[in-house]
Amino acid sequence: MQNRNDPNSKFSFSIQSITHSKGFSALGAALMAIILGLIFGFIVMLVSAPDNAISGFSYVVFGGLSRIGDVFYFATPILMTGLAVGFAFKMGLFNIGASGQYTMGMYFALYVSFMWDLPGGVHWIAAIVAGALGGMLFGLIPGIFKALLNVNEVITSIMFNYIGMYLVDMLIQGNAIMYSSTTTRTRYIPIDAQIPSLGIAGSNVNLGIILAVLIGIILFIVLQKTTFGYELKATGFNKYASDYAGMQGKRNIILTMAIAGGLAGIGGAFAILAPSAIPGSSMTYEPINIIAANGFNGIAVALLGHSHPIGIIFSSIFISHIQRGGTLTSLVGYKPEIIDVVIAVIIYFSAFAIIMNNALAKFVKTRLLKKNVVSDASDPDIKEAE
Amino acid sequence: MDTVYYLVQNMLPVAIPLLLVALGGMFSERSGIVNIALEGIMLFGAFFGALFVLIVQGSSMNPQTILILGMVIAALSGWIYSLLLSFASVTMKANQVIVGTALNMLIPAVILLFSKMTFNSDGITTNISFYIREIPILSKIPVLGELFFQRTYLTVLIGFVFLIVSTVVLYKTKFGLRLRACGEHPHAADSVGINVYFMRYAGVSLSGILAGIGGFFYAVGITDGNVSGHSGVAGFGFLALAVMIFGQWKPIRILFAAMFFAFLRTLAYSVSLIPFLYNLGINQTYYKMLPYLATMVVLGFTSKKSRAPKAEGIPYDKSQR
Repeated sequence: MQNRNDPNSKFSFSIQSITHSKGFSALGAALMAIILGLIFGFIVMLVSAPDNAISGFSYVVFGGLSRIGDVFYFATPILMTGLAVGFAFKMGLFNIGASGQYTMGMYFALYVSFMWDLPGGVHWIAAIVAGALGGMLFGLIPGIFKALLNVNEVITSIMFNYIGMYLVDMLIQGNAIMYSSTTTRTRYIPIDAQIPSLGIAGSNVNLGIILAVLIGIILFIVLQKTTFGYELKATGFNKYASDYAGMQGKRNIILTMAIAGGLAGIGGAFAILAPSAIPGSSMTYEPINIIAANGFNGIAVALLGHSHPIGIIFSSIFISHIQRGGTLTSLVGYKPEIIDVVIAVIIYFSAFAIIMNNALAKFVKTRLLKKNVVSDASDPDIKEAE
Repeated sequence: MDTVYYLVQNMLPVAIPLLLVALGGMFSERSGIVNIALEGIMLFGAFFGALFVLIVQGSSMNPQTILILGMVIAALSGWIYSLLLSFASVTMKANQVIVGTALNMLIPAVILLFSKMTFNSDGITTNISFYIREIPILSKIPVLGELFFQRTYLTVLIGFVFLIVSTVVLYKTKFGLRLRACGEHPHAADSVGINVYFMRYAGVSLSGILAGIGGFFYAVGITDGNVSGHSGVAGFGFLALAVMIFGQWKPIRILFAAMFFAFLRTLAYSVSLIPFLYNLGINQTYYKMLPYLATMVVLGFTSKKSRAPKAEGIPYDKSQR
């Protein structure tokens, strides 16, 4: 369509090769969804309290920067649950049960840190491993149901969210060593079971975030460089073709769900084993029969990161960043729930952002570029080529 | 016998929301759209229904009139909210499960935000009683009267009416046949001149209406007319999906599936009133887990020979073969 002799044509070709790459379109889609979500949030703020909307919105966008330690701290669990959802999604499985796996992982980690007497250097590592096992258990069961009994994993993993919630709350409330009935929360975790802090003043950020990023990178390598990762992605693209090629679909489903569950479980362990900025205390858990929000935020993180491990690392930090900003909006009279609204809108749009972007690009190409071509088309050659 | 009456009387208001929402899910999936947003639509309908009740509760209107008007409001709001799903999944061809999840996440946050800013609470609290001690004449029928027409809610009767209407619409009308065709083989349906996009919008809209009503009935029958953004509808939208699968996408089977789950749930919450179960001394939390565990077991047995609509979850694209 473009003039071949145009000196710009080579340049435009090279830009196209970038803009047409898959990663770029995913990034563009995510950015578009984020912008639409933030605009929606801004409108909600304008409607509810117009006077403070500007300052409130600037807290949402930039507020997290002043608390960068906390941003990383709160990003840790949702990075793990995001990986749990995204990893399963690569295979075409929708692991909506990250909440239940997260809760189980948290309980297993709590159990090891309270009930087992281990030497200092090993204790927190053992607790994290226990968390992984706990989550794995709750990922494994929906995986088995899916692979062997053809039960939709969405339904089973939702059921396991509730089962996990009731089970863990009951087990914690029945254990006097973990649970203090006067504060109706779990007790402070023994010091040697806490993950070492990174030592940023006034923040709980700990080694967990570094481990989580490392796990993300390992997953990236597994997906890109191993047979298992290849089979996983192939099954995600076309189940029947991969079966025909001799890949063991059933085994891979169970394995994927178990790994995904383990990732969410580690997220639960990271969340509960964190040291506190206040000396002598630590994270506690209150069993009040509510499904862990971090699991659902993990879905948001995974979708925004396009289920790509590296994308998930960045999207978890972004989500955590606007969540921190959201809590700061209460300084000017807003409620932190505004961020949950923004996140939900972002996911809604990210579900069809790629289609929307393509439509927009098509529109730009056909309308605007055509006009361009027509307007500077003085020689008949180009017109003929059209 | 009193225990049986008690269980049935308490079971029906729980079964009806499940039944209605599962019927809604059935319409949506029969048209080819997986509606995982049922939970959110329920909460949306419940919220606007309760908001209406809150506004009119001071007036001298009859509680049952308020209930019916609230139901209409809930149906409308459920329909409007479901349009977000149909727009994304039919027009924009987005992944239906992702859109549904987003819609589920949006509503509790919106309700919390709105309620905290206007009422300074987590939701809406109403103080009107829709409870019916006994329905005249009908309650005098031996056994049946005591089971169905005493200590109940109007929602139970309305629910059964909706069941009959849904069955007729799905199996005995041109619309129902076309809807089912779109869920099984949309290209074949399109080739004989059925507008697949329209039918899918219609299917999702019906599910929105039914789920909105179901949500309001949940608020009426289970949470005494209150709606909270925190507890929402306690996973009833998801349970309804399980009920729908257990009911194999067929209205009458869905009724029995809903009854089964409602029975387990009622049992779980009335353990202390049943001497036999209470004396067993099992932690009551196990009973609360029972409906979910039963779902797993039931699905494990029924999913092998699943009669799911063939084209569900796949966006319809005219140009594909």
